[in-house]
Amino acid sequence: MAGETAAVSMTVNGKPITANVDARTLLVQLLREHLRLTGTHVGCDTSQCGACVVHVNGKAIKSCTVLALQLEGANVLTIEGLAAPDGPLHPMQEAFRENHGLQCGFCTPGMIMTAVDLVRRKGNDLDDRTIREELEGNICRCTGYHNIVKAIAAGARTMRGGSTMSKAAE
Amino acid sequence: MSATGIGAAVRRKEDRRFITGTGHYTDDINRPGQAYANFLRSPHAHATIKSIDATAAAKMPGVLAVLAGADLAADKIGNLICGWMIHSKDGSPMKMAPHPALALGKVCHVGDPIAVVVAETLAQARDAAEKIAVDYAVLPAVADPAAAQKSGAPQIHDIAPNNTIYQWHLGDASAVEAAFRTAKHVTRLDIVNNRLVPNAIEPRAAIGDYDAGTGTFTLWNTTQNPHVARLVIAAFVGMAPEHKLRVIAPDVGGGFGSKIFIYPEEVVALWASKRVGRPVKWVAERSEAFVADAHGRDHVTHAEMAFDAEGKILGLRAKTIANLGAYMSTFSSSVPTYLYATLLSGQYEIPQIYCEVDAVYTNTVPVDAYRGAGRPEATFVVERLVEVSARELGQDPAELRRKNFIRIFPHQTPVIMAYDAGDYNASLKKAMELADYKGFGRRKRESARNGKLRGIGLSTYIEACGIAPSQAVGSLGAGVGLWESAEVRVNPTGSVEILTGSHAHGQGHETTFAQLVSDRLGIPIDNISVVHGDTDKVQFGMGTYGSRSGAVGMSALAKALDKIEAKAKKVAAHMLEAAEGDIEFKDGKFNVAGTDKSAAWGDVALNAYIAHKFSGQELEPGLKEGAFYDPINFTFPAGCHICEVEVDPETGNTEIAAWTAVDDFGVIVNPMIVEGQVHGGIAQGVGQALCEGAIYDKDGQLVTGSFMDYCMPRADHLPALTVDTTVTKCPSNPLGVKGCGEAGAIAAPAAVINAITDAIGTEALAMPAAPQTVWAALQIADRMPKAA
Repeated sequence: MAGETAAVSMTVNGKPITANVDARTLLVQLLREHLRLTGTHVGCDTSQCGACVVHVNGKAIKSCTVLALQLEGANVLTIEGLAAPDGPLHPMQEAFRENHGLQCGFCTPGMIMTAVDLVRRKGNDLDDRTIREELEGNICRCTGYHNIVKAIAAGARTMRGGSTMSKAAE
Repeated sequence: MSATGIGAAVRRKEDRRFITGTGHYTDDINRPGQAYANFLRSPHAHATIKSIDATAAAKMPGVLAVLAGADLAADKIGNLICGWMIHSKDGSPMKMAPHPALALGKVCHVGDPIAVVVAETLAQARDAAEKIAVDYAVLPAVADPAAAQKSGAPQIHDIAPNNTIYQWHLGDASAVEAAFRTAKHVTRLDIVNNRLVPNAIEPRAAIGDYDAGTGTFTLWNTTQNPHVARLVIAAFVGMAPEHKLRVIAPDVGGGFGSKIFIYPEEVVALWASKRVGRPVKWVAERSEAFVADAHGRDHVTHAEMAFDAEGKILGLRAKTIANLGAYMSTFSSSVPTYLYATLLSGQYEIPQIYCEVDAVYTNTVPVDAYRGAGRPEATFVVERLVEVSARELGQDPAELRRKNFIRIFPHQTPVIMAYDAGDYNASLKKAMELADYKGFGRRKRESARNGKLRGIGLSTYIEACGIAPSQAVGSLGAGVGLWESAEVRVNPTGSVEILTGSHAHGQGHETTFAQLVSDRLGIPIDNISVVHGDTDKVQFGMGTYGSRSGAVGMSALAKALDKIEAKAKKVAAHMLEAAEGDIEFKDGKFNVAGTDKSAAWGDVALNAYIAHKFSGQELEPGLKEGAFYDPINFTFPAGCHICEVEVDPETGNTEIAAWTAVDDFGVIVNPMIVEGQVHGGIAQGVGQALCEGAIYDKDGQLVTGSFMDYCMPRADHLPALTVDTTVTKCPSNPLGVKGCGEAGAIAAPAAVINAITDAIGTEALAMPAAPQTVWAALQIADRMPKAA
């Protein structure tokens, strides 16, 4: 119910944080409203669009489907933490830019976080069919997915061997 | 071609902030002391409001105000309006019913806003909204446009008997009648163009912020046209004088038309901010967007095409009922009229065309422009008619098209438009080659061996973009002019800011507009910034829709750059002690013709500002120029899309096996961005054809009200797309560009349905052609006696 608050502590993008939140606060609300990490977006209310995907303890999750209070002690990575602010971009970010894998940019953070997790799970050689099936939980209204699929395949190749080089392959 | 000039696939300048999560969309912005708005919306499609009791809600924790329609009326906040006047064939004006931002006495669709709660937190606002008690007297509702005009249908607005907004027509009815009398063959089709929900992934949002000290309002808003929003909210809604209202459209996450319109929520956010003395933020939830954002399409049409013995088209006639929903949205009246019937000539020489359109009210969400806006509906009619005619006449669909293509330009159609340039045969030919049209028979046999039905479908579409010559649209009823403005500000160090009235919400203007400047001034693209989306910065603009930013917005920029060049030459002439007429400007350098004397761009910019080399009496210091560009014609992008499908007869599932698009967009500024626009448009068109559809039940409840129920196209609905171009330069603007934003959405639905009907051998197939629909069509086709 409203009004009942509790403290929760976790690590977000490498920094320890503690927040007092209403019990019904979702992770995405904690990130956006308490921590002002507005790169994680909300595009729906039924856990369908994937604009809110972040990594929790190394795995991609939709941050609109988990309560902040469930994540005591967790390690959360958002789009803002994917690459150091002044350093080179993450290869997957660079691949999206290089391959025009974004237009309005609203679904992009969720797409990129999903893509990085996809590489972790399925490796660096991703075929078109695999990528398309794995994007089941991410909706883009702008790109028709063509260039997102290209970007993910290219980003995955560049990520081989944990490389953080900023230039996308090919 | 320089690396960053016109024609280069320059990577986008705006991408860095989007891929690092540092963009600024409206919901990312927070104002000090901000409160939150939550709307109570009607659960009924049609009802009178007997009473609203906000007593309990007002006492809830954190509540600052509970406001309803009566409060809005008491503060003399005006209604929302439709800005395009359409007259019926009898000369009477369209029947525009009052549209208050909060319902007054009556609700007309599910989702119609009734009251707003403003509270300290969003959760408190939501909790309180649930405590508002509304006593409704539920009325019968009508959602189906074809049923709205029938006797006995529920009457929605007193002003519009039989729910009829207008009965409009275009063309010469008797000439078409005569043409049909001489016809050797007539193809007849009944077509439903399914209702769509635009669903930009960023939901709409608004922050209203009233400054009592200065009496000014600021609105942060997810809009495609901030100046138009300011004009309407000032001049018609009466919120504030125009100079006391600032509208800012920051990063906007997709629009597709749905963010053109002026909606109740932004009006209420502004008004409530003044009422409570705090900034007020509202962000739509997705399920709220489904019942609050204008929908698209929703036409019911009967169309006929007449042919002579040689297969030449003699005439086309169509009768369309267009569902405009419960209220007339901002540009709704223009969509099924001047954006629809004027495109019914397609790419063909059709001597006579006649179209009647009845626009009706129903108890549904208002319908307005959605990617393509009228042109997809027209293309679907024309391209289905041509394809079915070819099948009925036993001719190759490509051949029948070719036989009827317009070949001589300019071409005046019987429905207003004068096509300026094109080569329809070139795009058809190239598309057929890329799609290996000749090899289709082999692929079909291969599919058959695997138990699958393979089909191929063409769509040779045309659209009218670069909207639009102001005088022309004014004569057709538009309440605004559709020019565009640009300003070029050169800084003393030679870097440049461009201010444009166009607005980007995914199109990449920060890159393409900079490419034009880089091309013209010979300066690096990183030295150019594009400023847009703020009425305090950009003086005026008409915004972005109708693929107008290139053809109109960039033409304005080109005109301003002409003036910059002329002024800079004057400065350079003083610097180089030469006659102005002897100064040549090339690759960022000013040369005195026939000498080795020159001045670099940066030096000329600096000299324009320090003004040491000329007197202020003979030449004004500074280097800043603006221009308004009013187009002389629409532009006419056209092309050919070929879709190849494989249908599983066991399940009715359709897989798109291949897609080939060859479009003529005129001169291309950035091929990477153009391809992206085509991809996105195709996906929306495929969505319409295969899976999307807003469905209302008989009581006016939206059955498809979330991403769980409304099928958005996902990555695995689509194949890799083959996209190419042919080029005829557009003669109607200085850059030769035509526009590419809507092509895919216009071309695609007909291509998909032509392909599926080819595969399954029956024309009776409704959109969306979901597996169940295709399977059912196959069962009926199997039971039908085969034509001899």
